[in-house]
Amino acid sequence: MSKQRLVIIGNGMAPGRMLEHLFEVSDAFEVTIFNAEPRVNYDRIMLSPVLSGEKTYTDIIIHGEGWYAERGITLHKGEKIVQIDRDERKVVSDKGTVAHYDRLVIATGSSPFIIPVPGSDLPGVLAYRDLDDTEGMIAASTKGGRAVVIGGGLLGLEAAAGLKLRGMEVTVIHLMPTLMERQLDSAAGYLLQRELEGRGIEVLCQANTKRIIGTDRVEGVELADGRIIDASLVVMAVGIRPNVKLAQEAGLAVNRGIMTDATMRTSDHSIYAVGECVEVGGMVYGLVAPLYRMAKVAAEHLAGPSKAEFAHAETPTKLKVTGVNLYSVGDFAEGPDREDIVLRDAARGSYKRVILKDNKIIGAVLYGDVADGGWYNEMLKSGEDVEGMRETLIFGQAYQGGGNADPLAAVASLPDDAEICGCNGITKGQIMAAIRDKGLTSLAEVRAHTKASASCGTCTGLVENVMGLTLGDTFVIPQAAGMCPCTTHGHGEARRLIRAKGLKSIPAVMQELEWSTPEGCAKCRPALNYYLVCDWPGEYTDDQQSRFINERVHANIQKDGTYSVVPRMFGGLTTADELRAIADVADRYSIPTIKVTGGQRIDLLGVKKEDLIPVWKDLNDAGMISGAAYSKGLRTVKTCVGKDFCRFGTQDSMGLGVKLEKFLWGSWSPAKLKLAVTGCPRNCAEATCKDIGVICVDSGYEIVYGGAAGLHIQGTTKLGNVKTEAEVIEVIGAMTQMYREQGFYLERIYKWAERVGYEHIKDVILNDLEARKAFYDRFVYSQQFAQTDPWAERVAGAEAHEFSNMAEIKLEAAE
Amino acid sequence: MNAPLRNWVAIGSINDIPRQGARCVKNGEMTIAVFRTSDDQVFALEDKCPHKNGPLSQGIVHGGCVTCPLHNWVISLETGAAQGADEGQTASFPVKLDGQTVLLGL
Repeated sequence: MSKQRLVIIGNGMAPGRMLEHLFEVSDAFEVTIFNAEPRVNYDRIMLSPVLSGEKTYTDIIIHGEGWYAERGITLHKGEKIVQIDRDERKVVSDKGTVAHYDRLVIATGSSPFIIPVPGSDLPGVLAYRDLDDTEGMIAASTKGGRAVVIGGGLLGLEAAAGLKLRGMEVTVIHLMPTLMERQLDSAAGYLLQRELEGRGIEVLCQANTKRIIGTDRVEGVELADGRIIDASLVVMAVGIRPNVKLAQEAGLAVNRGIMTDATMRTSDHSIYAVGECVEVGGMVYGLVAPLYRMAKVAAEHLAGPSKAEFAHAETPTKLKVTGVNLYSVGDFAEGPDREDIVLRDAARGSYKRVILKDNKIIGAVLYGDVADGGWYNEMLKSGEDVEGMRETLIFGQAYQGGGNADPLAAVASLPDDAEICGCNGITKGQIMAAIRDKGLTSLAEVRAHTKASASCGTCTGLVENVMGLTLGDTFVIPQAAGMCPCTTHGHGEARRLIRAKGLKSIPAVMQELEWSTPEGCAKCRPALNYYLVCDWPGEYTDDQQSRFINERVHANIQKDGTYSVVPRMFGGLTTADELRAIADVADRYSIPTIKVTGGQRIDLLGVKKEDLIPVWKDLNDAGMISGAAYSKGLRTVKTCVGKDFCRFGTQDSMGLGVKLEKFLWGSWSPAKLKLAVTGCPRNCAEATCKDIGVICVDSGYEIVYGGAAGLHIQGTTKLGNVKTEAEVIEVIGAMTQMYREQGFYLERIYKWAERVGYEHIKDVILNDLEARKAFYDRFVYSQQFAQTDPWAERVAGAEAHEFSNMAEIKLEAAE
Repeated sequence: MNAPLRNWVAIGSINDIPRQGARCVKNGEMTIAVFRTSDDQVFALEDKCPHKNGPLSQGIVHGGCVTCPLHNWVISLETGAAQGADEGQTASFPVKLDGQTVLLGL
């Protein structure tokens, strides 16, 4: 019986594995392979170790020349198939070779996607796909200089790490906010970024490539924001596209990939397809495990009747960069029907998250400590009910059965020389001895005497557990009031740690402070965003998605979903031109209600969201900016007319109010901040119930603060008297900054003052000139980043998605 | 009525919606809020909180839910049901992705 002719287009890992299976069960085929690459089958997964120099090409060959010869396989190396003739059942190569088939297997793989920016065809711009690319990178790296890797996914990061090991300076440009966002959540992405940066790799997220610069070869990369990064090598690793052209031209069914059924058969029953070029069950695959499963299914069907079918299964992801441990498998999307168990260990830089649905594991993301990845994946695959081990699941396999997850017992089992406070090197034994010898009973005392938990504070819980152990029932371990259910840290603790640890992004805070939810909630996110805005002016990018809607669209949402718009009128002063412009806007946009506010502003109520931008533009054109009537920030400085007009006036209260507002506007604060300047003690501007008030007197200015006239009514407390307007401005700037730095989110100034003490604030702001100056200087520095009119920014196109509908669906004829 | 016939309408690209944010789609008189989570899942709800009709599209998105901007009800993006002690449900619509294109099932 003559053998059947099997022709294979492509000689990558999938057809290689398919042939191994096929020859194990059948010798019915005479095999011919066409390989566009001039090589035998090698392990593409191992290109990264070749790039980093940890392996060579010969180490990664899967099938040597002899393997083909032993099996009587004809291998056409460096020959590319250009046509499939299905009627004649033959293929034709670019060198004119013709091969007839009884069965054909297409394994054309995929091609790297090259972003179509200007300059992407310059010499020195490489993809990262095969050995030629790898060798090109190695050759380029010997010349040194900087490599820019575009794409912070699996492949891009492996390329970046390899090039760094080869001695190049490396910058990774990634479009998304966090690295490897397909495999990692933002917390793990943050840890990965920190690790890579620790290795000297520069990582730029949310960076969009505009063009590649160079005349004869690549010289640099320009980003959409105008930044230019010099580069002697650019590696594009932004994704792959299945190679479907050949199949498409042959008239096979093609979608994203070459479509097959679960037996790997294409729309032509003589033709199979395997590997990255395939779309099966609506999915296209790029990781090796599913490709190998395809290979096995195809081999069984080629060999004879078989029930084998390809089925989707979750494939764990690992990054092949020496020393980076991460593991991700399954579905880590969030949803209300899912539960997250999160364990973060900031000191060891580890993050573990297991996602449960109906008491079964459906996904896991691990960073740092990945030992239990396989165990979680086993339970994911088996669909085991984990209810019985929920409490200790996150601690890993070692904790199951016999292990003790009670934190007090865990601390009890530590030896006396176990280090509790890493910052100060304090052991459990030292803390216990200090408690006994000195009769300490509070955390503050323990901190004072031992320094344990007195630096970064993350070991506070451990220290309290040691105190609980030593003191027994006389010490009740305090349950700190957390900011929200996402964390045990209170606002003060979070603020202190953000500064102490230099945390500059929300994912960084959530990781380092061991948040128990992956992305926080509507309570903690706006608070953290404010703390970061306040503490890192000019460095932190305001996270719009962590702001309440009023601060995102810079207008006040009303109960019917319309908005109110309040233009700023410095000191409550306006002009005939401004009033005319406001009247015109009200007419033009049919604004139903116009009201004068308590803060001496004009409020346009009932503006439709889609009208906000044109309304702002018209107000901008008339010289007005946002009145920030929606913000946790400086709202208004209200004034009375003062000595210019009033017969009792002692100073220029209107002028001072205008100066103060011009100085303070744009600043964000823990809660809203309202001021008033009144021209005499008759107090027509109601300064004595404001957050900060100035009362003009003959001898100068009395500054008062901490008033409230809302749910709670209280008069202000006197801070002190100063002589000049300049002093008023310095004192108020400094006090505002002190409040900005110390206040808890949504805490009004009177609550902050009650908490830290009116006397203390007076000591710092009024009496300690050096401290006052330092606060003032920090406020001035911060203001240079804050005084931008948000309306003008949005009129110019910023955040445009906020102000228009995504689509409008026309109603079709009713059914 | 017969079996529900789904009409899949392309409403734009997933990139039109900010992560942890939402955009609105006008469907006749109704406004539908289309949400995108931090991990690129897309959900659609009628843009009305079951409590007092607050525009959910303007809320903060977190953990598969959105917090209504008016009175802080937390609504499941997937089912439209109020979470915690609150009771109520907003209409939800099926959404699917074809590549980058968001398709809304009406």
